[in-house]
Amino acid sequence: MRYLPLTEVDRRDMLTKIGVRSVDELFKDVPLSARLGAKVAGLPDHQGELEVERAFQAYAARNLSPASAPSFLGAGAYRHHVPATVDYMIQRGEFLTSYTPYQPEITQGTLQYLFEFQTQITLLTAMEVANASMYDGSTGASEAVLMANRITRRSKALLSGGLHPQYRRIIETTGHWQGFSAVSGKPDAEGLEDLIAAVDKETSCVVVQNPSFFGHLRDFGKLAEACHAAGALLVVVVTEVISLGLIKPPGEMGADIVVCEGQSIGNGLGFGGPYVGLFATRDKYMRQMPGRLVGETVDADGKRGFVLTLSTREQHIRREKATSNICTNAGLCALAFTVHLTLLGEAGFRRLAELNHAKASELADRVAALPGVSVLNDSFFNEFTVRLPKPAAPVVEALAAKRILAGVPVSRLIPGDKSVENLLLMAATETATEQGMDPLIAGLKEVL
Amino acid sequence: MDRSQGRTGGIASGTSTEPTTFTGNRALQIEEPLIFEMGQPGRCAVDLPEPPKVKERLNGLRRAGEIGLPGLAEPQVVQHYTRLSQKNYAIDMGVYPLGSCTMKHNPRINEKVARLPGIGDLHPLQPVSTVQGALELIDRLAHWLKTLTGMPAVAMSPAAGAHGEMCGMMAIAAALDARGERVRRKIVLAPESAHGTNPATAAALGFTVKPIPANERGRVDLAALKAALGPDVAAIMLTNPNTCGLFESEIVEISKAVHDAGAYFYCDGANFNAIVGRVRPGDLGVDCMHINLHKTFSTPHGGGGPGAGPVVLSAALAPYAPYPWIVKQGDAWTVAEDGAAVDGKPLGRLKAFHGQMGMFTRALAYIMSHGADGLKQAAEDAVLSANYVMAALGDIMTPAFDGPCMHEALFDDSFLKDTGVSTLDFAKAMIDEGYHPMTMYFPLVVHGAMLIEPTESVAKEDLDQFIGALRSLAERAKSGTAVEDFKAAPRFAPRRRLDETLAARKPILRWRPTNSFKQAAE
Repeated sequence: MRYLPLTEVDRRDMLTKIGVRSVDELFKDVPLSARLGAKVAGLPDHQGELEVERAFQAYAARNLSPASAPSFLGAGAYRHHVPATVDYMIQRGEFLTSYTPYQPEITQGTLQYLFEFQTQITLLTAMEVANASMYDGSTGASEAVLMANRITRRSKALLSGGLHPQYRRIIETTGHWQGFSAVSGKPDAEGLEDLIAAVDKETSCVVVQNPSFFGHLRDFGKLAEACHAAGALLVVVVTEVISLGLIKPPGEMGADIVVCEGQSIGNGLGFGGPYVGLFATRDKYMRQMPGRLVGETVDADGKRGFVLTLSTREQHIRREKATSNICTNAGLCALAFTVHLTLLGEAGFRRLAELNHAKASELADRVAALPGVSVLNDSFFNEFTVRLPKPAAPVVEALAAKRILAGVPVSRLIPGDKSVENLLLMAATETATEQGMDPLIAGLKEVL
Repeated sequence: MDRSQGRTGGIASGTSTEPTTFTGNRALQIEEPLIFEMGQPGRCAVDLPEPPKVKERLNGLRRAGEIGLPGLAEPQVVQHYTRLSQKNYAIDMGVYPLGSCTMKHNPRINEKVARLPGIGDLHPLQPVSTVQGALELIDRLAHWLKTLTGMPAVAMSPAAGAHGEMCGMMAIAAALDARGERVRRKIVLAPESAHGTNPATAAALGFTVKPIPANERGRVDLAALKAALGPDVAAIMLTNPNTCGLFESEIVEISKAVHDAGAYFYCDGANFNAIVGRVRPGDLGVDCMHINLHKTFSTPHGGGGPGAGPVVLSAALAPYAPYPWIVKQGDAWTVAEDGAAVDGKPLGRLKAFHGQMGMFTRALAYIMSHGADGLKQAAEDAVLSANYVMAALGDIMTPAFDGPCMHEALFDDSFLKDTGVSTLDFAKAMIDEGYHPMTMYFPLVVHGAMLIEPTESVAKEDLDQFIGALRSLAERAKSGTAVEDFKAAPRFAPRRRLDETLAARKPILRWRPTNSFKQAAE
């Protein structure tokens, strides 16, 4: 077996040194009833690299790659061009095969890029402090509610009808089992929801999304004021982080906690994971944050260096009193994010955002010109909601049969709600082309 | 631009007697500023087309002012992160014996297949008719995990071990709910040696954590456990092999006692690498167990994630597995998402989409490469290597318990008694010898713990050199003549010991033009 360096001679010598005759003696503490006589039955034996690669090529061949089909899918995961440098960097073994930087003297590489990452997140969101990443945006949103509950000592979260339905379900699930209430608004397809009247003295936080799940852009400044007047926090979720290159950031709207899905920068679609959660807040709430934090310090020679810090919040120190049970985060995805954003810089990031908006505008105009089809959004970034004259799911299926990925039917994420049955979410990023839009428009004409 | 600006390397230090260089660099060790200290307006490492003019639909919310991101050209970015990478220790460089973390070899074929077009670039919400291969791939991994553990079901979506713990304990809460006993059963038992995530998870779900003591052999004290069990106990959370690197020899009696008391057995599967292919947790009476794919199944640790933490479930807990479920309908695979009818009562949803697909792909490639025969051999080699380390160091360091151990060898610090050298000093001296230190001060039940997990990936001659280095350090510590050297270690790393107290007392968690300790000192 190519990964195992010990030879039969090595094994025999080692057993001799240990003073046992066989490896079975090392397993003597395993109860007799649980000892397998042979290898686990019903599973194949080892294979060479060539055979393994072929098996995965066979899996891949049974999927439709969005790279080989016009694709307008979004709903919380977006296809963008990732520069080749990003993947090269994250595959360097010194990054790929290192672990949590428990020994800072020999992990300054990881610690410094996480410090840079934290700084980038504060700049994008216009917040004061950010952690070293969460699993993803969806789990981060749930952690934000838990954090708001700790800070306010309240246990009622209001969830916007513009929040991604799966994020909402995760918060509801967490609330159900961890003991807080999550009150959800109706799906807000038109972008008209007003939550101000619902905020009261029991509210720990209001969770909104910008751009919303349906694509609308809102200014939450007034909502932030209402939250603060009631002693509640405003949590703003961003599932398309590239929007922050063009749109007023949550920190300038009065947000107390900002959670983003960072996938769009540096990380491929990957069928849903692993992604990277961005988590930012105000300095005054720093010690209530979940997750890892990297801080600056000096070494014994007075040189600048970085360490994991404020770990008295964390499970390995605080155990049952920790702010969260999180241990692992998304280090390598955070590296991909930070390398890509460094490549973009101020000018590239802003232009990329402009390009996304321009492509989506072009798509919206073309779709809106189809008979019986209307675009619900007055505002959007790179994604919007379309009302079709018939249910969206079969339309998407019919176009998929023509190798066109037209968008995400809202009914996939909000099943059983007649009011959203005809709605289709469509996104266009910088990867969209006219050559891709032409067959989409032709295909829609055909199946509608 | 003078590249020595924005760094302190060239400044003569208070304690070092090494000669300094103009740049502060030491040959291959190159001092590197932060990207924010390198940027210049007008530089950009991407070339994007001019956006076409369109009617702006931003609801008046166009972002004003500078964001503040630095501008660099591509060669600068490549150099920056390459230089940073060279300040890291990694599995690819040598022995990484970090106990409890299973730092084994990360094969590159796994990276390659995870990036194949049609796998790495799939959108999670494509019509299921266009992702049949991906769904089958997930099911195939699920089949391996169920078969290797002897369990009937697995929840694939948890993003990491701790997330899997949350999933498993929620499933237990759901099962108790169904029995109408969740209000009554509020206690979770966990050994004092447990990972910190165990009590953190139980407490988050409203359980009260009650510690159970270990016996003198480093195992759960069965009599004490039986005394603690009662109608108010929901579950036991137990790591097996345990965090002392020992197999719980009375595990069958433990699970029987737990079940007789109407409680569930949560097994922390962090140490599955010791027994994979040789022992099926299902045969031990486990009700649920998370599997850290980044440990046993070698998905890269990546500087602290991403991981993946699928949870295998017994028949009693299987109905409560969270959405999504990958199910076969006729010849086609489909995803049962929120609200869909399934053969059970899902406890909700824990993560968007379908789980850590990129980790599933790598883990399955690792599993297929090993096969049932190779996995068993890997577990045996891991256990053999740990016992070899224990035997080779047992006369000069102090094993915490009598052997044999499983895949990790635990020492206490009594061999350092009265030497003036602490576990921390000993670990830092290992850095100068070219090794990543072992896990220190964990488990908490052993004084000055040193937990060494060599894994199956280390060649015998490399293990022998590692053992030689540790013997040499132990001898020097005991000689009493090298205390100052130990206190000053590491001397050859990119940084000397870092002031963690300062970092926590005055947290600087982001770069600002004027806030660093460096500038304060200048």
